[in-house]
Amino acid sequence: MKVGIVGIGHGKFGRRSDATVQELAFEAFRLAMEDTGNLDRKDIDATIIGSVPEYHKQRSLPGVVAEYLGMNDQPTWLTEAACASSSAAIRSAYMAIRSGMHEVVAVLGVQKMTELETPELLALMGRVGDVQWESIFGTTFPGYYAFYANRHMHEFGTTHEQMLKVAVKNHHYGAMNEKAMFRKEITIEKALAAAPVADPFTVFDCCANADGAACLILASEEKAKKLHDTPIWLEGLGCASAAMSLLRRPDLVSIPSAKAASEQAFKQASVSPKDIAVADVHDCFTIAEILAYEDIGFCKKGKGGKFIDEEQSYIGGSNPINIDGGLKAKGHPVGATGASQTYEIVTQLRGDAGKRQVDGADVGLTHNVGGIGQYTFVHIYKR
Amino acid sequence: MPFKWFGKVSFVPYTKVSQFADELKEGRLVGSRCLSCGHVSFPPRADCIECLSPDFEWVEYSGKCILHTFTIIHAAPTGFDDIAPYIIGIVDLPEGGRLLGWMRGIEKEEIEIGMPLKVVPRMFEEIPEIKVYYTLEKRE
Repeated sequence: MKVGIVGIGHGKFGRRSDATVQELAFEAFRLAMEDTGNLDRKDIDATIIGSVPEYHKQRSLPGVVAEYLGMNDQPTWLTEAACASSSAAIRSAYMAIRSGMHEVVAVLGVQKMTELETPELLALMGRVGDVQWESIFGTTFPGYYAFYANRHMHEFGTTHEQMLKVAVKNHHYGAMNEKAMFRKEITIEKALAAAPVADPFTVFDCCANADGAACLILASEEKAKKLHDTPIWLEGLGCASAAMSLLRRPDLVSIPSAKAASEQAFKQASVSPKDIAVADVHDCFTIAEILAYEDIGFCKKGKGGKFIDEEQSYIGGSNPINIDGGLKAKGHPVGATGASQTYEIVTQLRGDAGKRQVDGADVGLTHNVGGIGQYTFVHIYKR
Repeated sequence: MPFKWFGKVSFVPYTKVSQFADELKEGRLVGSRCLSCGHVSFPPRADCIECLSPDFEWVEYSGKCILHTFTIIHAAPTGFDDIAPYIIGIVDLPEGGRLLGWMRGIEKEEIEIGMPLKVVPRMFEEIPEIKVYYTLEKRE
């Protein structure tokens, strides 16, 4: 039995001082219901929330969201895997449907981050490393990815300019995405001259904390065919973990969970990297997209810099990547990001991406990394 | 033997390896060795990742190390804004494992991945309570 996506909704990402977390969730849910069309709320068997609870004053988010959506008394629960929380929700939904327990499941990724001040956010996010041996030296999230960046530069000769070419690409496409937080093109010169964050990164190497929500409606094969004329099928799922601490990783030029999750997903879906017509990868920092090219297998290890030099991840290249602007231009409301990536891939596979459309896209991939690589979920979709 | 001695800001007051802080105060850098299979770990851990034994002993490290990677933190989190910018290095320890700490007495231009360094146990002099940490410094 296959599992298909029959409805998608995406709210505006950004600094959303106009809305509570449940109001953000409502926006995405309402759009997903509208997109599905022929579905009543009472026919949704369960709602799985993907979110990171530490950012919210409101405790136990599924409770308040399910109430606000009018989804009581169906079951609801939370999945947490840091920045991959809503991809974990997608995996849970797939398992629930394949088991026969539920037929239709809503996945709702939602996060409100900007109520916290920047140093407080940096401290909170820095604690995604090991708090016993690392955070006591004032590590930060950008700092962790900067460790990868400097080591990658050392081992493979990757340059900061190559990293910034990722940001230039993602802002180029983000400028065309009305849901994105930043809708302006940038230049390498401007990015290099910007405020330093963690060497070699300036602010333009880093995605922005944001508020926002995205929603997906998943259904069993039988239900999906009734509910939508073009269901998008989830045909490959990979998930793996890696050491919390960078001090206990085999190397610092790759994310081992991403390599393992990619292999699992490709195997289940019976496709290979060259078959991926369009992908959304986890570019929380510019180096992260370069690591993704290599870990997924779009290019060999160490060749990620060349891959962006050759514009292989642009439309027209071998594997168009982050054609929605990625985390870099869209903003990164951590719990919503996995659902947002999936929203884009479903849109592309339906052929509805407008001027950002990858012609004839038939197989798509999402790569969603939690924390600094502790969790990775890779999903492959077909039309 | 409070572990909250360890670090400028502490998030972990209690642990089974809290003696690490006492050893550091006496100028010794120690890792853990499993009494069952002999696996050596840094950072130290009470419970063996290889054989699940909960029995361990302390093993002194030389402090010699090689720089694996680094960054310079400009945008600092709460509790560290007063010392930014600061350089954090991750080093490989020949006895086994890696260590993360501040680099001291090294200019940005001098930093080279692969350079030999040493781990130096230190105490914060300017803080009234006992606070221990370590720095990564040049080694000839």
